[in-house]
Amino acid sequence: MQAFLKTGKISGSDKPSSSGVKPSAKKKPPAPWVEKYRPKTIDDIVDQGEVIQVLRECLAGGDLPHLLFYGPPGTGKTSAILAAARQLFGDITKDRVLELNASDERGIQVVRDKVKAFAQLTVSSTRPDGRPCPPYKLVILDEADSMTTAAQAALRRTMERETRTTRFCLICNYVSRIIPPITSRCSKFRFKPLARENVIKRLSEICETEGVDIGEGTVLHQAVETCDGDLRRALTALQCCQRLLGKITAEGLIEVTGLVPDQLVQDYLNIKNYTELEKFVYSFLMEAYSASQLLEQLSALVVSSGHLTNKQKCAISEKLAICSHRLLDGGAESMQLTDLGCTIIMANNDP
Amino acid sequence: MSLWVDKHRPRDLMKLDYHKDQASRLKNLVQQSDFPHLLVYGPSGAGKKTRIMCLLRELYGSGVERLRQETMNFTTPSNKKIEIMTVSSNYHIEVNPTDVGIHDRVVIMDLVKNVAQTHQIDSSGQREFKVVILNEVDDLTKDAQHALRRTMEKYVATCRLILIANSISRVIPAIRSRCLTIRVPAPTENEISSVLLGVCKKEGLSLPTELAIRIAKCADRNLRRALLMCEACKVQQYPFTPDQKVPEPDWQLYIKETASMILSEQSPKKLGEVRQKLYELIIHGVPPDVVFSGLLCELVKNCDMAMKCQVASHAATYEHRMRLGNKAIFHLEAFVAKFMAIYKKFMEESLGDVF
Repeated sequence: MQAFLKTGKISGSDKPSSSGVKPSAKKKPPAPWVEKYRPKTIDDIVDQGEVIQVLRECLAGGDLPHLLFYGPPGTGKTSAILAAARQLFGDITKDRVLELNASDERGIQVVRDKVKAFAQLTVSSTRPDGRPCPPYKLVILDEADSMTTAAQAALRRTMERETRTTRFCLICNYVSRIIPPITSRCSKFRFKPLARENVIKRLSEICETEGVDIGEGTVLHQAVETCDGDLRRALTALQCCQRLLGKITAEGLIEVTGLVPDQLVQDYLNIKNYTELEKFVYSFLMEAYSASQLLEQLSALVVSSGHLTNKQKCAISEKLAICSHRLLDGGAESMQLTDLGCTIIMANNDP
Repeated sequence: MSLWVDKHRPRDLMKLDYHKDQASRLKNLVQQSDFPHLLVYGPSGAGKKTRIMCLLRELYGSGVERLRQETMNFTTPSNKKIEIMTVSSNYHIEVNPTDVGIHDRVVIMDLVKNVAQTHQIDSSGQREFKVVILNEVDDLTKDAQHALRRTMEKYVATCRLILIANSISRVIPAIRSRCLTIRVPAPTENEISSVLLGVCKKEGLSLPTELAIRIAKCADRNLRRALLMCEACKVQQYPFTPDQKVPEPDWQLYIKETASMILSEQSPKKLGEVRQKLYELIIHGVPPDVVFSGLLCELVKNCDMAMKCQVASHAATYEHRMRLGNKAIFHLEAFVAKFMAIYKKFMEESLGDVF
């Protein structure tokens, strides 16, 4: 349970400070599937051919450059580095790896104190039991794109000076948010979105091991569809669904992921007049669907839709962007949906 | 004597009146060994709180119904003292962090830490965690939501959070992905009227079906409001008659009045009068966004399509600005003025066409 809420990050500093709870007295809560089936070695990683190739070469040589992994969520960035670390350090991984993610305090002060202090320590090239191991430590900065520019800048010199003892691995979704001096110090790896069939293969393997009935597999297709190739999200959704309903169904998946049914999105795009719009918005909000989710799905639908002209698509997409921004700022959902709806009506009437 | 809303609130998951499938799923969830953080969302009056209380009862037994109110004190990093009301039992604590405005982060961190640091002495036969209920999570500042994300992970061994929101649009994805989300749609009119009939039966009153349906229609799919209205009807006149007048909420009438004032005349003088009305609404605690949507709904009634779009778009813009700013009255007034301008122009043009 506790690991489940950690969203798949094994970070030493995140241990719950539950001094009174004896772990031995507690019965072990069932592990989340995301953690349970995290790849153990880099060869288990789904689909990232070239990256794995390079990593394997590095591991064989026992040396590692500074790394920068980027790519969409759920493609195995964190898994890759964790697996690599485990292969490098074996059972002393805990002492040699410092992992910080966005939920840890990561301002400039932490970079100056904690990261620097950790980086400056020298480590031996043998393990306690005498076997050899790489003579450096690893600092993993997960979700590095949410670090402030100042904090990133503070890393620059540290990265260079402590190369002898420490390797850095930065993980982010958008490489453009990392300042250039940092990117130039790292070897960059792009993680591509996972191919559909590989995700499905992996999911069905896991479902089989868990003994979950998935029928003839159409639900898996849907799980992948709803999660855009994000393996972690798909897996979490499957588990939530299993937990809540006791089985995995298409409706259950929609419910758990908070998606808006496709029919409703389609209806919204086809609204003809204002009265209809008012009614739609009212009942949409009463059913407690999320407006931002609707906008997201609508955007995909508008772009790919065949019966709209380019002009219509432009008009709708432009308004959609504005409304989405206002929603993020906290605007009322009913207002924004009405506004967007009006634009859609106007666009529909004027092809 | 308590209100019907409280008196007839279902206390057991299996006795809920609608969304029965969901209720049995929740019951299953409680029986499993692990209990995740929950994020319950739905419009007001849909029964979110009722479901949560039922769930807590299922978790801990009837002890959760012995509630006490306490004020807690916190100190912000800038040494400002803040006070906040909490409602708690031995097993849970409920708080509305938005009451303290921008200092909600401190409340969340300290409160959860407080709760999480106390342990059950004898955990045999009891749950080893307590529950913290946070209301109106969608109105929390981004800062507080990010703090929540870390707190949720850190103290998961000794406390679980149940978050309540009206809509998840404004809850950051990081929190959504850490919780089991539970959608509570508003009851349909039929469900409301059957609940009304059931309650009246328990009270020993006879409620005509027509009246129940009419109340349900007026209540905006809000069960709480429907029950209050029904009780108000009873105070007004009993025995019920099918064509009895259903009292509408005052503020709704007031907004309607304001709207008709705006439509009747468009001039700076009128704008001054409208301002008085708007002030009145705000002083009485009607949320400005309700005023906005009420006004929009009334004002567009006799406009043509092009103008409706224009008005809706302006309403959306001003509403957004209102969220960013902190004086609601400015933006309400700006909207009214803008509408007057558009409407007047429209009227003049259409009159010009006639002559």
